[in-house]
Amino acid sequence: MESINYQNFRIDAENICVDYNGKVALYDANLRLKPGQICGLVGMNGAGKTTFFNALTGFVNISKGKIRINGESVRSAQKDQTIAYVPQNEGIDSQFPINVWDVVMMGRYGSMNIFRCPRESDVQAVKDAIERVDLTDHLSTPIGNLSGGQRKRTFLARAIAQRASILLLDEPFSGVDIRTEKLISELFIQFKNEGKTILLSTHDMIHVREFCDLVLLINKTVVAYGETSEVFTPENITTTFGGISPDFLFGPES
Amino acid sequence: MEPCSFLTLDSFITDPLTHDFMRKALLMSSLVAAVCGFLSSYLTLKGWALMGDAVSHSVMPGVVVAYALGLPFSLGAFIFGVGSVALIGFIKQKSRVKEDTVIGLVFTGFFALGIVLVSKIKSNIDLHSILFGSPLGISLSDVKQTIFISLLVVILLSIFRKDLMLYCFDPRHAKTVGINVFFLHYLLLTCLSLAAVVGLQSVGIILVVAMLITPGATAYLLTDKFDNMTVISVLSAIISSLIGIYVSFWFDLETGGSIVLAQTFIFLFAFLFAPRYGIFKLKKLFAGYK
Repeated sequence: MESINYQNFRIDAENICVDYNGKVALYDANLRLKPGQICGLVGMNGAGKTTFFNALTGFVNISKGKIRINGESVRSAQKDQTIAYVPQNEGIDSQFPINVWDVVMMGRYGSMNIFRCPRESDVQAVKDAIERVDLTDHLSTPIGNLSGGQRKRTFLARAIAQRASILLLDEPFSGVDIRTEKLISELFIQFKNEGKTILLSTHDMIHVREFCDLVLLINKTVVAYGETSEVFTPENITTTFGGISPDFLFGPES
Repeated sequence: MEPCSFLTLDSFITDPLTHDFMRKALLMSSLVAAVCGFLSSYLTLKGWALMGDAVSHSVMPGVVVAYALGLPFSLGAFIFGVGSVALIGFIKQKSRVKEDTVIGLVFTGFFALGIVLVSKIKSNIDLHSILFGSPLGISLSDVKQTIFISLLVVILLSIFRKDLMLYCFDPRHAKTVGINVFFLHYLLLTCLSLAAVVGLQSVGIILVVAMLITPGATAYLLTDKFDNMTVISVLSAIISSLIGIYVSFWFDLETGGSIVLAQTFIFLFAFLFAPRYGIFKLKKLFAGYK
């Protein structure tokens, strides 16, 4: 019998279910992504986008199904620093007394010793990451004094410093300035060329068309999944958003 | 001898030091303040003020039972402290009652149990000293225990300093990079229970929560760096303890209350005059005079 070579998939989620104290948040969801693919995760608030991310990072336990990251368990993916999570700006306490450098250094914690003493290589990784998101002038700025876009770039730098091969981004374009948006789009192209796999959730339909090779439409379960050109149709979008016409979402012009 | 009846600053400080119980009280309270102050910066940032209140009250029956059974009272306090948190989690999960309500009802229940036990168990437990602290009447075995627990908490917090900071800041990232979040959660709770135990000696069960919240809140207003916040928190806690004990000695006031009141005044000062976050923003005021 020939079996599928799971090593080919960066992310392989099979029939996963997540419930919080008996309340189903996500059921029978499937997702397969290869290196170099960018996938958009689209759905309403409460459709299970964040739950999907939480399941992939191991932040919540799945009640059914199977998740393989590079053919291995989520637990070993955590140990190998395979997955990086870039949170929504709202998901972070911006008043926390910490500066840009220290946040980005947190990307290295998983590969440091128990006291989390930075080695020369960690310092270099943090420096490089901060340079790539163009925040070198803000190394010691407390995150509370950053703009929304700068804060987003700080967390992106943390993911870069982690050297993860899978990036999960929760609403990467919400509440950012034009400059940050342009920088993030450039980085996406670089990540793709480096063979990283990207899963991003977004409300903005235009971004999906622009960046995503694949799209996963969810509403508690997968409504549709596949190549953006095939799956991202007005009918599917209407189903995903519970009957709201895409005209309303895109504006009548598009 | 000077005939003057007024105190000089010198004798204000040195006179109490001639008493053995005062030296012991000053040392022990400073140590306890340092431990609680250290922990305080984590609790403030994690938003665990109410949890600190709950745990510190819930240790009461544990202390009483341990005394009655002749066990170290830290053991009983620890079991009931962590037990109360487990119970809060359980009730929250299994019922529709909101979390703050559950916290409120669990810790008051434990606290009431403690008071009832004290009245029933015939022993030499002094309810007043548990409720309000008795840093001036601390026994030698208590001294040893306080030193041991304090060192343990400080060592644990020092080792996991950065992990705990990450846990407070972004637990999801911690989990994603393979850090044991479950362990950190219970480590913080354990340290909280232990700090409550040593804290109740100097300020008592009712006010120990102030030791766990106020220094961190004060420091939070004064800095944007986590490490500085910890240092400021510890220092303000120690200074408050010293001020509180001296003031209570000279003016014959309740010691625990004086310590906490000193902390509150330091907080108010930061609230009004903190360089960046105070309402009068001292930095700008000075800049105006240049």
